[in-house]
Amino acid sequence: MPNIVVLVKRVPDTNARIVVNGDRVDLSAVKWVISPYDEFAIETALQHKEAAGGTVTALTLGPPDADKVLKDAKAIGVDEIVRVWDDSWAELDSNGIQSALAQAVTGLGADVVYCGKTAADTGAGSTGPGVAERLGWASVSNTTDASFDGGITVSTPVEGGSARVSVSGSVVISCDKGSMKVRKPNVKGIMMAKRAQVNVVSADAPSSTVAIVSQTPPPAKPAGKKFEGASSAEEVVRLLRDEANII
Amino acid sequence: MSESVIIAEVNKGTVAAVTAELVSAALALGTTPTVVVPCTDASVADGAGFEGVSKTIAVKGDCFTNYDAASWAAAIDAASPAGIIIAAATPQSKDVAARVAARRGISIVQDVVAIEGMNLTSPIYSGKAMQTVSLSGDAAISVRANVFPAAASNAADVSVVDQSGDVATAVQEIIARASARLDVSEANIIISGGRGMGSPENFSHLEKIADTLGAAVGASRAAVDTWDDIPHSMQVGQTGKTVNPNLYIAVGISGAIQHLAGMRSSKYIVAVNKDADAPIFSHADYGIVATWEDALPVLESAFSSMMA
Repeated sequence: MPNIVVLVKRVPDTNARIVVNGDRVDLSAVKWVISPYDEFAIETALQHKEAAGGTVTALTLGPPDADKVLKDAKAIGVDEIVRVWDDSWAELDSNGIQSALAQAVTGLGADVVYCGKTAADTGAGSTGPGVAERLGWASVSNTTDASFDGGITVSTPVEGGSARVSVSGSVVISCDKGSMKVRKPNVKGIMMAKRAQVNVVSADAPSSTVAIVSQTPPPAKPAGKKFEGASSAEEVVRLLRDEANII
Repeated sequence: MSESVIIAEVNKGTVAAVTAELVSAALALGTTPTVVVPCTDASVADGAGFEGVSKTIAVKGDCFTNYDAASWAAAIDAASPAGIIIAAATPQSKDVAARVAARRGISIVQDVVAIEGMNLTSPIYSGKAMQTVSLSGDAAISVRANVFPAAASNAADVSVVDQSGDVATAVQEIIARASARLDVSEANIIISGGRGMGSPENFSHLEKIADTLGAAVGASRAAVDTWDDIPHSMQVGQTGKTVNPNLYIAVGISGAIQHLAGMRSSKYIVAVNKDADAPIFSHADYGIVATWEDALPVLESAFSSMMA
């Protein structure tokens, strides 16, 4: 029966206003949540377990503050919750994060890993394929409509449409939303999550070669032109050609 | 001068235009680029010659028949020299670049929109802030389209490397999109509708304009959540697709922060909304305060006569 790991990340609520103070974003006032695509990963992992048995372990990387998203995952229905951390880590770059997560996944003896297609903070989408490469595993990204008949079959976008792709060996699946409805925690789950223990593990991370220089508000856009009435659409099309040179 | 490796973007068997922009990004980094073209037929690489590029490598392998991240990364890595890896910030190339970076034990910076020396800027928090990082070593980067100028074409000096990788996934079937229309993630022009369109049937008016312009049709989250006939694959925004086309036309979309996050980096934004106070107007280059019923026929005939 599969040993399933789902990667979760603690991010600011996507409705939060992002404030910049000095040359760094100030996140002291934001509400923290599980990254939205990670919820699709949790749902897919739980569906996999329902189809094939096994266990689902939620894994995050971060300081003790990150325990909250693990407890949220526990309340939704994962079996075990694990956090990988070392107090010597400051700002890890993607190389450090992926190395540490890959070590933790290996330590857990996982057969399959689910994660969100991107995290809501960086939007990068590097962790799934990067961890897979370090494990020597297959990876499929931006997936929807997972089914579990023998191996794992998922849909993934390809040029001009989508492909149904099946994988038989160990794999990291990065999940998109599709038509998925995620389950919400129930009272029993929330009570269990309160008592749940977070298993903290350590790992080695290579030193960072990417350093944050500054974080700034997005560049302000110069005020546009606003026209009243439908007939102005003609003028707008002319401007798109003559002023913007876009058509 | 240090070296870089550009992973060419290949669409429908030809080198895509964004590849020329990657050359400019490589030069902005002060690197000498080699262009690597993943292909099953090496003649594709003939289209990958650019000013400033001395070497083009066609990586020819069976694994490139369908996309399989593991085998693509293995073959591209084996055929590429050392240096900074540069790819287009498309979903597939971001994915393969992340694996190539991991193979080499180097870091990756995605969605770069500005380069100054070794400092790279990318949007974070879905564009609600920008982050600049500095590189102190080889890394992989992906670069957004429509940011850097296209390098001029040149004759390609192609060397062919036969290199495949172990394919780890099996494609069972490919389901073509019902319409021939582009996906929002592939299009240079996007026209999107929101709940203000009133019903999913009314999206046919957007499709008409899309057909005139060769554009894709997108939708806001509100429209996708409200109408089952508008699939999630059309959704532009934080839990949908992030796009940065040359032209984005938002029709009946109020401009929720969710939606802005997915399209604010579009080069030009046109908004059509009957509510003059809709937040979308503060992000639009050109705003039209009118109902879509009144504005779309005028837009369509103006675009048609221009394209004729």
